[in-house]
Amino acid sequence: MIAELGLACLWMAGALALLQLVSGALALTSRGRELAGIVRPVAVAQGLLCGVAFICLIALFLRTDLSVKLIATNSHSLKPFIYKLAGTWGNHEGSMLLWVTVMALAGAFIAAVERRLRDDTMLATLAGQAFVSIGFYAFLLLSSNPFERLAEPVPEGQGLNPLLQDIGLAFHPPTLYLGYVGLSIAFSFAIGALVTSDVGPAFARAMRPWVLGAWIFLTVGITAGSYWAYYELGWGGWWFWDPVENASLMPWLAATALLHSSSVLATRNALRAWTVMLAVVAFSMSMIGTFLVRSGILTSVHAFAVDPERGSFILALLVIYIGGALVLFAIRARTITEGARFAVTSRESALVVNNVMLSAILGIVLLGTLYPLLTEAFGEKVSVGPPYFDPVGAIFFIPMLLAMGVGPLLHWRNDRLGRITGKIAIPALLIGAVLLGLALFAPSLFTPSFKLLPFIGMGLAVGLAVASVMPLIGRNLRRTPLPTWGMVVAHLGIAVSLFGVATDSAFSTEKLVASRVGQSHVVGPWTITLKNVEPIAGPNWTALEATMAASYDGGKPKIVAPQARNFTSPPTVTSESALLTRWNGQLYAVLGEEADDGRWQLRLWWKPFVPMIWYGGLLIGLGGLLSLIGRVARDMKRSRAEEKIADRRERQGR
Amino acid sequence: MSQEIKSKRSGLWLWLPLALFAGFFVLVMTGLLSPADRNVASTMIGKPLPQFDLRPAVPDRPGIATAQLADGKPRLLNVFASWCIPCIAEAPQLEAWARQGVPIDGIAIRDRTEDVQRFLSANGNPYKRIGADDLSAVQLSIGSSGVPETFVIDGKGIIRHQHIGDIRAEDIPKLIEKLREAGQ
Repeated sequence: MIAELGLACLWMAGALALLQLVSGALALTSRGRELAGIVRPVAVAQGLLCGVAFICLIALFLRTDLSVKLIATNSHSLKPFIYKLAGTWGNHEGSMLLWVTVMALAGAFIAAVERRLRDDTMLATLAGQAFVSIGFYAFLLLSSNPFERLAEPVPEGQGLNPLLQDIGLAFHPPTLYLGYVGLSIAFSFAIGALVTSDVGPAFARAMRPWVLGAWIFLTVGITAGSYWAYYELGWGGWWFWDPVENASLMPWLAATALLHSSSVLATRNALRAWTVMLAVVAFSMSMIGTFLVRSGILTSVHAFAVDPERGSFILALLVIYIGGALVLFAIRARTITEGARFAVTSRESALVVNNVMLSAILGIVLLGTLYPLLTEAFGEKVSVGPPYFDPVGAIFFIPMLLAMGVGPLLHWRNDRLGRITGKIAIPALLIGAVLLGLALFAPSLFTPSFKLLPFIGMGLAVGLAVASVMPLIGRNLRRTPLPTWGMVVAHLGIAVSLFGVATDSAFSTEKLVASRVGQSHVVGPWTITLKNVEPIAGPNWTALEATMAASYDGGKPKIVAPQARNFTSPPTVTSESALLTRWNGQLYAVLGEEADDGRWQLRLWWKPFVPMIWYGGLLIGLGGLLSLIGRVARDMKRSRAEEKIADRRERQGR
Repeated sequence: MSQEIKSKRSGLWLWLPLALFAGFFVLVMTGLLSPADRNVASTMIGKPLPQFDLRPAVPDRPGIATAQLADGKPRLLNVFASWCIPCIAEAPQLEAWARQGVPIDGIAIRDRTEDVQRFLSANGNPYKRIGADDLSAVQLSIGSSGVPETFVIDGKGIIRHQHIGDIRAEDIPKLIEKLREAGQ
């Protein structure tokens, strides 16, 4: 029964989305004006129905109803509760349902709460939102129905893959998904604003919380994904410029740019067409990312979710939405009047620099990701990696960081650099001091080859860390608004991450040794002794575990125990790296194979300050969260005040 | 007048994102319609087999040395292992080829004698010779990175073709053609 209820709700929600689109569009014409009244309630009903459908699917997974195909293939009655729950969205159909559910609930929320937009813009936004959802409803209902029954229930499910039972894997994809969906809402706002040429501060304010929310999820998702790759793959790297990683980075870059430009639009009513364009680009990037991952068009270490048919479907949606939106943009953008002007030295200008640089980096990443496809069309195979992305990205990243240090100190509209010289001087001197210090005391940076980017990176990171807290100097900290705190924390997070990245690539030491039991090896400040290698067994794997005593700088030894695991079904070998974290870095140990003379291959790394990469990522997310809380609180206060004023006026009028 | 020209020009400018997107679309469509060969071709193709001399993996078949593989006849060189599941799947194909008289030699990767024996008795033994490659050294030197892989070797001991993964029914025409080419 539950499956049928879910399917019925899903069909009705899809039908309501169609009604929402048609009535919203008609209500914009002079003849269909009476329809305007039903659009908001329809959007709310659509959201609720979709929510019910998703709850039905969760219930089916928790009860392990093996008469439903999706559950028979993806779940198992013996799975722990949390993985049954996560199993709901841990597959293609379920994740698509999660996607539309979040989108529909967000639409319902906007319909119920959002009052700042002009009526016609609101109608166009809701119609645009319905337009986007219809494609996904069609995808679900026509080609990937999550509620499909089996003719004959199976005795047990097939989904007990131990590799997928990882808490990180259970929550990493939906986190990114929530980010993508948030950008789809921003996209709907942009469509609405384009249709009615009503691009102004109200639009930016209504859109901004959604962009912020999406951006927080993307930030956390990318950070978590990067850490997972770092400890699970056993390569000691944390970012590989792999197409799938790029697919998650590109929406983040676009969302970061959008976040900043919508601030300019909300506060200063400038950068109008540009902000709309970015909203379209941000959502395009999340769809392009999903497409590149799912279609398998690019070869990637992540090639697990590949299905050409689904890829084609996503491509069709991509063409309809993005192509449509860009046509709309080309036609309508001319009717968007020019926004307020600003001087060269102003916060707006700094944000423009930020936007241009972020867009350039986005373009570089997109080009690098697609380049293999381009050359393949001409019959040549290439792969694009760090030698391209690192230096070319840095060309734009470094000016962006400089603008990030200076921008927040500038006034809106017009300012003089002379006013803030004092505040810039401190971080600038610090950068100089760090670079000089490194040049004098860190000869390893210059031999055998000069590591230019890490060198600059460390200097910039220290300077930026100081520059990012400068906006708080001279302010009453208690009365500093939360969004300002958010900005400071997020910028500080960038500096912290950058420091981790730069020190890791500058000073990381790696050792690949073939070691006998009892031998000691020196890696950076560590002395590591291989004590023994013994077989151990887990619930569904056997492993060889190496026990090593690691002592830092001659101190008391600690035990690290990396494993090489063999899973039985499916037969898979994974290496469980062992990490030892100190305040100033991480020891990373991997057990390799046994050579024929009884020695063991060991890979040992000392990575100074490497955890700061992910601490920084979390700080960036926290900054976003502070900002979001601050903005929402302020919006609520304002709307309550407006209600009171309206109320009073009404009474006075009587 | 100049105002008008300016607005026209900026109008064209606004179509740029759409044009870029159209370019993206054309690119991925060509990629989707002509799915490229995802396998990285071995750089060893067209080169002679490197020198090696492997001990026999099982008592009833000889081991393999490079010189024996250049006896004037084209052959298949199959890289397999008893612990490899796809190798079981391709065993019937190899059997059929052996019955038709195609010489097949095997290299057992990281294996034990008794395991190989068990594998052969369960899945058939199409091999004329089986060499034991305990450290994957020969496997890597001929440009193979996994099991199973099958090489077409011509009569002079030159690698003509590399098939990655198990041999399926749909792969057979191509392999036959490569064998014929190697025989010319």
